[in-house]
Amino acid sequence: MSIPILSILVFLPLAGCLLLLPAWNCRRLARPIALVVALTELTLALWLYASWKGLAVNPFPQGFLLLEDAPWIPAFGIRYTLALDGISLLMIMLTAIVFCVGLAVSWDSIKERTSLFLSMMLVMEAGIMGVFLALDLALFYLFWEMMLIPMFFLIGIWGHGRRLYSTLKFFLFTMSGSLLMLLAIIALHLLYAQQTGVSSFQLQELLKVQLPLETQLWLYAAFFLAFAIKFPLFPLHTWLPDAHTDAPTAGSVILAGLLLKTGSYALIRFGYPLFPQAAQMMTPLFYSLALIGIFYASLVAFAQQDMKRLIAYSSIGHMGYVAIGIAAWQPVALSGAIIQMANHGVTTAALFCMVGMLDERAHTREIAAFGGLWGKLPLWSFFFLLFAVTAMGVPGLNNFVGEFLILAGTIKSSPLVAVLAFCGIVFPLIYMVRLVQEVVFQKERQPLSLNDLNPREIGILAILALLDIWMGIHPAPLLEMLHVPVQLLTGGTP
Amino acid sequence: MDMITIPAVNLTPILPEIILSVLAMALLLINVFVQSSKKTYLSYISFIGVVGTAVLVGSGWGTHIESFSGAVVQDNFATFFKMIFLLAAGLAILIADQYMEREDCNHGELYPLILFTVVGMMLMAAGTDLMTIFLGLEVMSVSLYVLAGFNRANTKSNEAGLKYFLLGAFSTGFLLYGMALTYGATGSTRISVIATQAGQMGMSSGNILFLAGMLLILTGFCFKIAVVPFHMWTPDVYEGAPTPMTAFMSAGPKAAGFAAALRLLLIAFPTLQADWSQLLWVLAVLTMTVGNITALRQDNIKRILAYSSIAHAGYALVGMAAGNSTGTAGILFYMLSYTFMNIGAFAVIILVGKKGESNGNVQDFAGLGFKHPMLAVAMTIFLFSLSGMPPTAGFIGKFYLFSGAIQKGYIWLAVIGVLNSAASVYYYLRVMVYMYMKDPTEDFAWTKVSAPIALCLVLSVAGTMVLGIVPSIILQYAQEAIKLI
Repeated sequence: MSIPILSILVFLPLAGCLLLLPAWNCRRLARPIALVVALTELTLALWLYASWKGLAVNPFPQGFLLLEDAPWIPAFGIRYTLALDGISLLMIMLTAIVFCVGLAVSWDSIKERTSLFLSMMLVMEAGIMGVFLALDLALFYLFWEMMLIPMFFLIGIWGHGRRLYSTLKFFLFTMSGSLLMLLAIIALHLLYAQQTGVSSFQLQELLKVQLPLETQLWLYAAFFLAFAIKFPLFPLHTWLPDAHTDAPTAGSVILAGLLLKTGSYALIRFGYPLFPQAAQMMTPLFYSLALIGIFYASLVAFAQQDMKRLIAYSSIGHMGYVAIGIAAWQPVALSGAIIQMANHGVTTAALFCMVGMLDERAHTREIAAFGGLWGKLPLWSFFFLLFAVTAMGVPGLNNFVGEFLILAGTIKSSPLVAVLAFCGIVFPLIYMVRLVQEVVFQKERQPLSLNDLNPREIGILAILALLDIWMGIHPAPLLEMLHVPVQLLTGGTP
Repeated sequence: MDMITIPAVNLTPILPEIILSVLAMALLLINVFVQSSKKTYLSYISFIGVVGTAVLVGSGWGTHIESFSGAVVQDNFATFFKMIFLLAAGLAILIADQYMEREDCNHGELYPLILFTVVGMMLMAAGTDLMTIFLGLEVMSVSLYVLAGFNRANTKSNEAGLKYFLLGAFSTGFLLYGMALTYGATGSTRISVIATQAGQMGMSSGNILFLAGMLLILTGFCFKIAVVPFHMWTPDVYEGAPTPMTAFMSAGPKAAGFAAALRLLLIAFPTLQADWSQLLWVLAVLTMTVGNITALRQDNIKRILAYSSIAHAGYALVGMAAGNSTGTAGILFYMLSYTFMNIGAFAVIILVGKKGESNGNVQDFAGLGFKHPMLAVAMTIFLFSLSGMPPTAGFIGKFYLFSGAIQKGYIWLAVIGVLNSAASVYYYLRVMVYMYMKDPTEDFAWTKVSAPIALCLVLSVAGTMVLGIVPSIILQYAQEAIKLI
């Protein structure tokens, strides 16, 4: 293919920022420009999805459908390598959708400094796209850090509550983790250079390095730390509730829907393949942290008074299942984990959007302030119920598919973990039922005059609901897309 | 009567120095006849002089000419550093005029003094004899003492000048003593001869005279580079000196110190590498950590950047401790990047500041992002680069230096380095928090971007970003520059 479609995916949002410049002071013009850019990204992603079967599987690197490769910094052997396989394709689609949702949901709510907001969103989209496509570790690191900067501004400028504290905490946490990963990347690069006499940062090349187990463990620990903070795994999760709660709605949607997934994606793409033995040895630790996260986060979620904080904690719990699916490193569980990443992205994005919509109307997110919304906001309540039920893991909706596959895969290799994780499934049921009951069904606690959803909001939620249901009842095409890369990753034959 | 024979001397290697000296002296004369309101012309002339010299220096790339019986040399290493000095001087000249006008100290002697400093720094980078290096260092230092105290009506500036002079004189004593001991041990002041003597006589750490000579020379340079524990003068001098001179001092002379120290350590004292490498390991850790931790608690932005500049010297020391080609080339690249990003940041500080050196606290930046968006964007780029975020020059520089350390096997040094870098993010972000996330308390009406400062900002932003996105264009020069040593 001659059109560098992957580069377009990464750089189109940045070009979009330049397009925003002439319309900088005109909010009416700036918003559509940004949305058109995001929709173009979505179209490209969907076009890739529609045509992925037609793309020949590239012999190099194995299993990749598209590859763009050029030298970037020859002095270090750093290359500009972008590649697409089934896993990144799913993540690209998720990214494109979540960004459209994020822009649409903040259409009216961001009233000040709109153009700056939109450009930050677009820069972030470029960064996240880059993370999901980069196959050169130095390039990956560049995008990995690049996506922090816009999020720092999103939370700090348009957030509420203790936004400055939260945004600094978020930035320092994630930055510290990734710096150690940078050292590990450099070390890996030097070891490769030592063994082969060539310098490279490309994943396919670095996979050939022979590492003694001890070195492997150290390097894996550095990678794991960076990814575990993004994940976030207990006890590195403390930045998340603050950042999610104080971020503007679009910020929370992107944090929960995409940023958390970059951690799990990177673990699948780089962590496990580069350091198989170390990863194998660390599995018990990984399992335990994930299980503690599931139980701990769920208990904490149960005690929350703020709806956004509750959903933030529920995210930690749900990502715990993704962690278990990865830790099992077995085709079924891994497919489940990857599907679950997309599912959780859609569901949590929807829940955060809905809380944001409620917040815009009532100017509070206290659970205790609401009650009896079923009668007053029937449409809102309908969608909220749907997504809450999804989060509980009811069959027919998308979360069930992911959790089922994860547990089905895990039970073969580690039955105990699967049983414990299965018990953990009860928790979302409890706190979500409580949330729905208090907010939607209970008697009205204080008189609130609220308007129901407007067409824009209905549109956003309807699309997310359709995705939710479609992924719940017909996940087969997505699983088919993941089949080859997952088989290759877990050492099977596709 | 015997004729005194003058050996044929090739003046090419010191032609840039000669041109700058002549220009500086001419400016001193011209200055007498220029009205005080027209001093701006002096800055134009000196800027053109600097650009012209840079062209001349650049044209010497790839040549290797020794002169004055091997006391100075024109090689790629010297050329690379000379370009950094000229860049620092050029940018400093661009931002000086508006500031000096505001502070009512636009005396014409400023520009000749900057040019003399550059001459001194160039001799340090090109010197291959202890005496040349010492002369260069003194020319540079004496001019800098005056520049630091240039705002003579301001007590802080006076304090800066005096403090810098006293401690500088003190450190010169160390340096000279070290040179004397080295001469005593090897019988020569010529770097190449010292190296051959040390090699032939098997002088390593067992030879106390030789070792003490190296240590004292290193101490002298550590003062100039502001390495902990010889950094005490830095915050006060950086805070008190006129801001454009602070910008200049933090970039140029620091690079000059590294240039001379690198040449000495790698060529004259390779037999002591095990010793100085270990020592620099410790100094690098101290310098990075003390610089960063102290910067966390500062409110005055010039002090923040002063401590940050100590920390940055520490990062560069990481490369020097490694002492391999990656680390050494990393220092060259880093010094260039640092010149762009640091002088750029100081340019913004000048614009935000008010007469009498006021309005220089972090809090005074509140709301700048929305009152002067372009200025704030530029500052954001400089701060992200200083904190080492990709895709900026600061990231590539740190990447290079830490690669050098890992290659050498100094894993822990690199780990401490990146942890420091993570800690430093806090104080850089703090400035951005004020710029973008606090409501403006002032209207910044006094902030007028004159054409020269605008040019400086554009150059600095361009340098910071270009070196970050396509570093290859400079990397190859940095690698070639260190081939000879």
